[in-house]
Amino acid sequence: MTVAVKIPEDMELIYEYPEAMTTTYTHYCPGCPHGIVHRLVAEVIDELGIREKCIGVAPVGCSVMIYKYLNVDFVEAAHGRAPAMATGLKRTNPDKIVFTYQGDGDIAAIGIAEALHAANRGELISTVFINNAIYGMTGGQMAPTTLPGMVTTSTPFGRDVRLAGYPVPMSELLAQVEGAVYVTRQMATDLVSIRKTKKAIKRAFMVQLAGLGYSSVEVLSSCSTNWNMGPWEALEWVKEKMIPYFPLGTFKMTDEVKALKVK
Amino acid sequence: MGKGMVVIDVDRCKGCGLCVHVCPVGILALSPDTFNAKGYHPVIVTDMEKCTGCASCATICPDVVFTVYRKKRQPRAVPVPA
Ligand SMILES: Cc1ncc(C[n+]2csc(CCOP(=O)(O)OP(=O)(O)O)c2C)c(N)n1
Ligand code: SF4
Ligand code: SF4
Repeated sequence: MTVAVKIPEDMELIYEYPEAMTTTYTHYCPGCPHGIVHRLVAEVIDELGIREKCIGVAPVGCSVMIYKYLNVDFVEAAHGRAPAMATGLKRTNPDKIVFTYQGDGDIAAIGIAEALHAANRGELISTVFINNAIYGMTGGQMAPTTLPGMVTTSTPFGRDVRLAGYPVPMSELLAQVEGAVYVTRQMATDLVSIRKTKKAIKRAFMVQLAGLGYSSVEVLSSCSTNWNMGPWEALEWVKEKMIPYFPLGTFKMTDEVKALKVK
Repeated sequence: MGKGMVVIDVDRCKGCGLCVHVCPVGILALSPDTFNAKGYHPVIVTDMEKCTGCASCATICPDVVFTVYRKKRQPRAVPVPA
């Protein structure tokens, strides 16, 4: 429902709905940072003026239907295979901006091989992935990123590291390979971190526009539904509990990437 | 009218309350007694006069509910030398 509101003449527009987003309502739970990060990607696409040139690759996970929400071309990949699909798309359409949007289960479990190899080959694609320490879509099971001792539907007594290992530090792993030129971990939990995340996503897209190599932005997020918390409480939990295992920072940034002026 | 104003797309709101937490002047609240088309208690503005047009709400809202306006900056008056 949009109500026609009269805007006084002495007022100027500060924030409006991004062109790169459709007006379709999202299916996300209330307060889910997937919505925030979708919006940031859309704002970056608008600001760089690349909407007509973008092809997104959707993951399997809660964001499986991102193609309905972003107003750019999209294809849907099988679980974890987005970087492989993006590789093919970019190689056959080198003038397009190709990005994957993934979840931590998608990229760090079933799709870890595709992601690491695409990065290692230095594919000219960008990846944005959400780390909410869980498999959200399927009902809150343990993901490779689940914290030690964290209770999930498949670890009712908490993640036992002797059986299930420690959280997989995806960004640190991606940063090791030669083809990755920009790898960073941000979070979307408060105003400052959301602005920083947007800047990081913008830099990642600019890396691709400049043809420098593979770029990736991990975004620490919450999943209030499967964590059994309120939306705000869940964001606080990210800062308190996830950061010790997933420190924020930029793990790889070549001099050429550093030289990009990101406004 | 104050320094800023927001326009709310009521039916997009999911009543998550994130904007209520970040509004620096505390003028956002979840409606206690009305529902939107999705069945949530949507956000309401309690005192638009106090809005500064900072767009904090728009920065955190996962459902792009807000459009934000702010008073145009007036060019500063230059004192005329006598
Ligand atoms: C080949 C295959 N295996 C398993 C699944 C089941 N499955 C769907 S979503 C998902 C996990 C998604 O978790 P994540 O990537 O963390 O995203 P989130 O839902 O948390 O955003 C799994 C295992 C599937 N769809 N396809
Ligand atoms: S289940 Fe979790 S990740 Fe999925 S939409 Fe809900 S809050 Fe977001
Ligand atoms: S952040 Fe957005 S969806 Fe959540 S209560 Fe505020 S306006 Fe509604």
